[in-house]
Amino acid sequence: MGKGGHQIAAPDVALRNPTAATRGRRWPSLLPWILPAVIVALWWGSVAVGIFEVFQLPPPPIVLDAAIGMWRRGLLQQDLLATTVRVLEGFALGSVVAIVLGTVTGLSLRSEKILEPTLQALRTVPTLAWAPLFILWLGIDEIPKVTLVAVGAFFPVYVNLVAGIKGVDRKLVEVARVFDLGPFAIARRVVLPAAVPDLITGLRLGATQAWLFVVVAEFFGASQGLGFRLTDSQQSTRVDLMFVAIVSLAILGKLTDSGIRAVERRVIAWRDTIGERRPE
Amino acid sequence: MSRPLTIRELRKRYGDLPVLGGVDIEVAPSEIVAVVGPSGCGKSTLLRLVAGLDTHYRGEIRVGDELVCGPLPAVGLVFQEPRLFPWLSVVDNVAFGLDDRRGATSATLVREVLEAVDLTPFAAALPKQLSGGMAQRVALARSLVTEPQVLLLDEPFSSLDAFTRMRLQDHLLNAWVRYRPTLLLVTHDLDEAVYLADRVVLFGERPGRVVDVIRVAPPRPRDRRDPALAALRVALLEALHLERDASLVTS
Repeated sequence: MGKGGHQIAAPDVALRNPTAATRGRRWPSLLPWILPAVIVALWWGSVAVGIFEVFQLPPPPIVLDAAIGMWRRGLLQQDLLATTVRVLEGFALGSVVAIVLGTVTGLSLRSEKILEPTLQALRTVPTLAWAPLFILWLGIDEIPKVTLVAVGAFFPVYVNLVAGIKGVDRKLVEVARVFDLGPFAIARRVVLPAAVPDLITGLRLGATQAWLFVVVAEFFGASQGLGFRLTDSQQSTRVDLMFVAIVSLAILGKLTDSGIRAVERRVIAWRDTIGERRPE
Repeated sequence: MSRPLTIRELRKRYGDLPVLGGVDIEVAPSEIVAVVGPSGCGKSTLLRLVAGLDTHYRGEIRVGDELVCGPLPAVGLVFQEPRLFPWLSVVDNVAFGLDDRRGATSATLVREVLEAVDLTPFAAALPKQLSGGMAQRVALARSLVTEPQVLLLDEPFSSLDAFTRMRLQDHLLNAWVRYRPTLLLVTHDLDEAVYLADRVVLFGERPGRVVDVIRVAPPRPRDRRDPALAALRVALLEALHLERDASLVTS
């Protein structure tokens, strides 16, 4: 049986073989860049043929110049740092609270009945409604901005974790029950590990939300940050600077997502899904 | 080390639907008893009750002197599907039910049981890398490692192909020789029943009850081609048909 089994397992091992993965990697690694290249080409081309005026849509070289100029004056670094710190702090705060509340709600029916209706109602409140209130309550420094980002990160993490816990296979729980494990041991050893993939999905969505919410937070009473740069350059009709902010946000958002996905691939390599086979 | 299993006047209903209508089975220490019967006759329910997963029943289930009113450490259950924890390696799946306090001995126990089911080279593998038969052997090892005195098996090999199934039956017998648990096996495979069991208990249509018990005399190790086993299989088949015809007449 050992030999027969080995043959069955062999293709799987080959798929995960590092040399095989890197060999198939040279071409696919270019694929993600095709679409951005097309977008830049359209952007540049539409100004070149006169669909848009330069003041409406500054072409890539002008945006690059603006970015270099901002960098030389130290503004770009300052904005990037301010926004990134707010995102990281808010994301950390929101995720931790979401993981605590989500675990409690997912595991205990009573907590679910107490917490869930209120949280679901709060979830539907638009971001813009919170921002002025947070400033009113929490002042105009970093705290209201970080709080707003935390609210943004909280809900995707919370919702996905609760769904993950509720979706754990009853059959696996039964195995633990046969071994006479108590509810806490079952939660720790079966339910929570099984919900980790959903938690990571939630963290990815939460990180995306954090980048959206930080911009809104910086619309109100900030003196630095990419969101502040957006409104500030809008008022002074510096469309090139707006583009610097927008492109920066896109790059930072993508980097965050890639980071979480790298963690995801390590933590849930055990999953047997078609997504796990993708050499990326 | 193993204990007898005593089931007396066991009745179970789901709402208005009677599933078990007074079941009496006695399994001696280290005996192997197979339960066969038509689907829906409550065989799986019987095992769930003995395993303590469902405690709403009337009658009596005893493991040794102990009354079953919840899962007991002395009782193991192998399900129809492997039900491995996909995030744990083979070793960690097998060690799942072991008490943390056993410390160093648990590593030895796990190593021994993996050897018994021939899975030592795959100790570090993840469940997704295993074939169906290997996964079910891991499940068997996970149930055996705690050295249960009574081991219940719920159609454990039914989803496997014929060759793998025969191999796993022999794995089970080897493990039984080594650990000597009392075995109660639910199956719908008559060949499996006569090959493995000391006695075959025949269940009737719902509500499930024992309609016949057939003793399998040939000593182990048995030969699957033994005409005596074939004859017993025929006898079982006839008994099942008689039972079905009888229930058709009454309904």
